[in-house]
Amino acid sequence: MQRSSIVFWLCAAVFLIAVLLMTQFVRNEYPFFAGYVILQFVVLSVAWTILGGYAGYVNFGTNAFFGVGVYTAVLLLQAFGAPLGVQILVAALVGGLLGLGVGLLTLRMRGIFFSIATIAVAIIIETAVTNWRFVGGAAGIQLQRPPVMPPFDSYVKMLFFVQALLVVIAIAITRFIQNSRIGRGLHALRDDELAAECMGVPTLRLKLLACVISGALMSAGGAPAAMYLQFANPDSAFNLNYSISVLAMSLIGGTAHWIGPVLGAVLLASTQQLLTVTISSEVNVLVLGCMLVLFVVAAPKGIIGLVSRLAGKGGGA
Amino acid sequence: MFSIELLRDAVVLGMLLGCFYAAVSVGLSISFGLLDVPQVAHPAFLVLASYAVYWLNDSYEIDPLLAGVIISPVFFVLGVITYRIYHETFEKRGSDAAVRGIAFFFGVAFIIEVLIILQFGVDQQSVTASYIGKAWRFGDLRIPVRQLVAFAVALGLTVFLATYLSKTFMGRAIRAVAQDEEGLRLMGANPVRIKQVAFGIATAVLGVAGALLIIVAPVDPTLDRVYIGRTFCVVVMAGLGSISGTLLASIILGVAESIVLTMFGASWAPAISFALLLGVLAVRPQGLLGR
Repeated sequence: MQRSSIVFWLCAAVFLIAVLLMTQFVRNEYPFFAGYVILQFVVLSVAWTILGGYAGYVNFGTNAFFGVGVYTAVLLLQAFGAPLGVQILVAALVGGLLGLGVGLLTLRMRGIFFSIATIAVAIIIETAVTNWRFVGGAAGIQLQRPPVMPPFDSYVKMLFFVQALLVVIAIAITRFIQNSRIGRGLHALRDDELAAECMGVPTLRLKLLACVISGALMSAGGAPAAMYLQFANPDSAFNLNYSISVLAMSLIGGTAHWIGPVLGAVLLASTQQLLTVTISSEVNVLVLGCMLVLFVVAAPKGIIGLVSRLAGKGGGA
Repeated sequence: MFSIELLRDAVVLGMLLGCFYAAVSVGLSISFGLLDVPQVAHPAFLVLASYAVYWLNDSYEIDPLLAGVIISPVFFVLGVITYRIYHETFEKRGSDAAVRGIAFFFGVAFIIEVLIILQFGVDQQSVTASYIGKAWRFGDLRIPVRQLVAFAVALGLTVFLATYLSKTFMGRAIRAVAQDEEGLRLMGANPVRIKQVAFGIATAVLGVAGALLIIVAPVDPTLDRVYIGRTFCVVVMAGLGSISGTLLASIILGVAESIVLTMFGASWAPAISFALLLGVLAVRPQGLLGR
C-alpha cells in the first residue's frame, strides 16, 4: 500500500472513531441533527463530482437520485419493514440502475442537453411518485422509526454515524476513481471526447460507469433522509434545491480533487445551517446562488484552485 | 369518459395554449437556438417579467399587456448585460468554460427566484384587466377570453419576430452570426455586437411573454421550474433556431398537454413537456425542422 493511502485510511479511521465517541458522550441532540445534513451534502457533492467534475457532465438531476433514495427507503419500510442497512443498500442499487438508465438515455448528449435531460428525468420521476398512492402520493407519508440499536441511545445519533460511514465510503470510492485509469479516462473525455475516443479511451463505457457510481452514491446518501425526517413527500424529496446546493458546493470547493467538494459541502452546508436557524431558508438559497455565480465567474477552479495558487506564490517567493 | 367532443375541446384549447407557449419560447429559440448560449435562466427571466407586470398592474392599474410593452426595453438592457457578462467570462475562454457557463445561468435562475420570493412572497399573484374572467361561447365550447387574448398576442409576436429575422438587415445579421461567426468577422462585422443585440431582443420579448404568462393564469415564484421543460422542449423539438418550427412544436406540446390533462388529470401535466423533450433528444436531436 502506498504511503498516501495509509495516511488516508488512518484519517478515515480517526474520523469514524471521533464520530462514534461523539455519539457516546455528547448529550445534546442538536449537533447531530445539524451535522447529519452537513455529512449528507458531503456524500452528495463528492458523488456529483465523479460525473460533474471528472467527466465534465453537469448533472442537474441530483434531486432525482436523492429522491429515489428516499422513496426506495420509504417503499422498503412500508412493504417489508426493512431495516436501515437494507434500505441504504437497495437504494444504492436502484440509484445505480437509474444512473445506468440516465447514462444510456443521454449517451450522445453533451453540455446543456445533458443537463436539461437530467432535470427532465427528475421531474418525470417526481410526477410518477406524486401519482403513486402506496408511497403517499402528493400529500406525503408519515414514517415510524424502528427502535434504535445499541450502542446508540437515540436514532438521530445513529443516523449521524451511518452518514459518516457513507461519507468515508463515498470519498474512498471517489479517491480510487481519481487515482486510477478510470479517472484519467474521464479527464481525457472531459477535455475532448472525440480525441479521447480516437486514442482508444472507451468513452461511452467510462461515462456509463461514472453515471452508475455517482447515481448509486447519491441515492445511498439520500436513503437515510426518510428516517431522519420521519416524513417524505415528493415536493421536498425531489426539490431542485438539492441540485443547486450540490452543484454550488462542488464547484465552489473545486472539482479537480475529491477534497474540493468535501470542503465546499462542509463550508456551505454549515453556513446554511446557521442561516436557516438565524435568518430564513430563502436567504440561504440566495447566499448559495450568489456564491455559485461569484465563484464560477471569478474563481473557476474553486477553493482548491485559490489555495494552490496562494501556495504556489508562497513557494515561489 | 372518452368522447369525440371532449377530444375536440382538448385539441382546440391545446392549440390556443400552444401559441402561448410559442410566445414564451421564441426568445429562447434566439438565445439558445441561434446563439448557442445555455440560457437556463430564460424561464426565470420570464417569471420575473410576470412579476414586474403584476407590480405595474397592482400599483398603477396599468393594463398588463401595456405593462409588458413598457418593461420590454428594461429587459432588453438586462439581456445585453447578461450576454456581456457571459461572453466576457465564459464564451471567450473556450470549451472548458462551457460547464461553468451552464452553472452560471442555473445560479442566476435561483437568485431571481429567491429575490422574487423575498419581495413578493411565495403566494400566487394575478393581474386584473377588463378581459380577464370573461368567456366566449362557440356552440357548446366555452373559451376564456384571457386565452384568446394570449393566443392572438402570442401569434402576433411570433410572426413579428419571424418576419424581423428574415426580412430586416439586423435580423439577417443575427441569423448569419448563428450560421458562420468567423465568416461574419471576415466580412468586417463585429459578431459580438450582433449577438449582444440578439440576446437583448430575446430577453426583451420576455416582457410581453411575461405579461401573457400572468394573464393566462396566476403566477408563483417557482413557476420557472416547469417552464424549463416547456421552453426547452419547444426549442429543441422545433430544431434549434427555427422560428416557424417553434410555432409548430409549441402547438404539438400544447395539444399533448391539453389531451393528457383531460384524460389523466392535472397531476401528470408537468411531466408531459419533459417526457416529450427526452423523447426528442433521444430520437431526433436535430428537431422537427432542424437545420
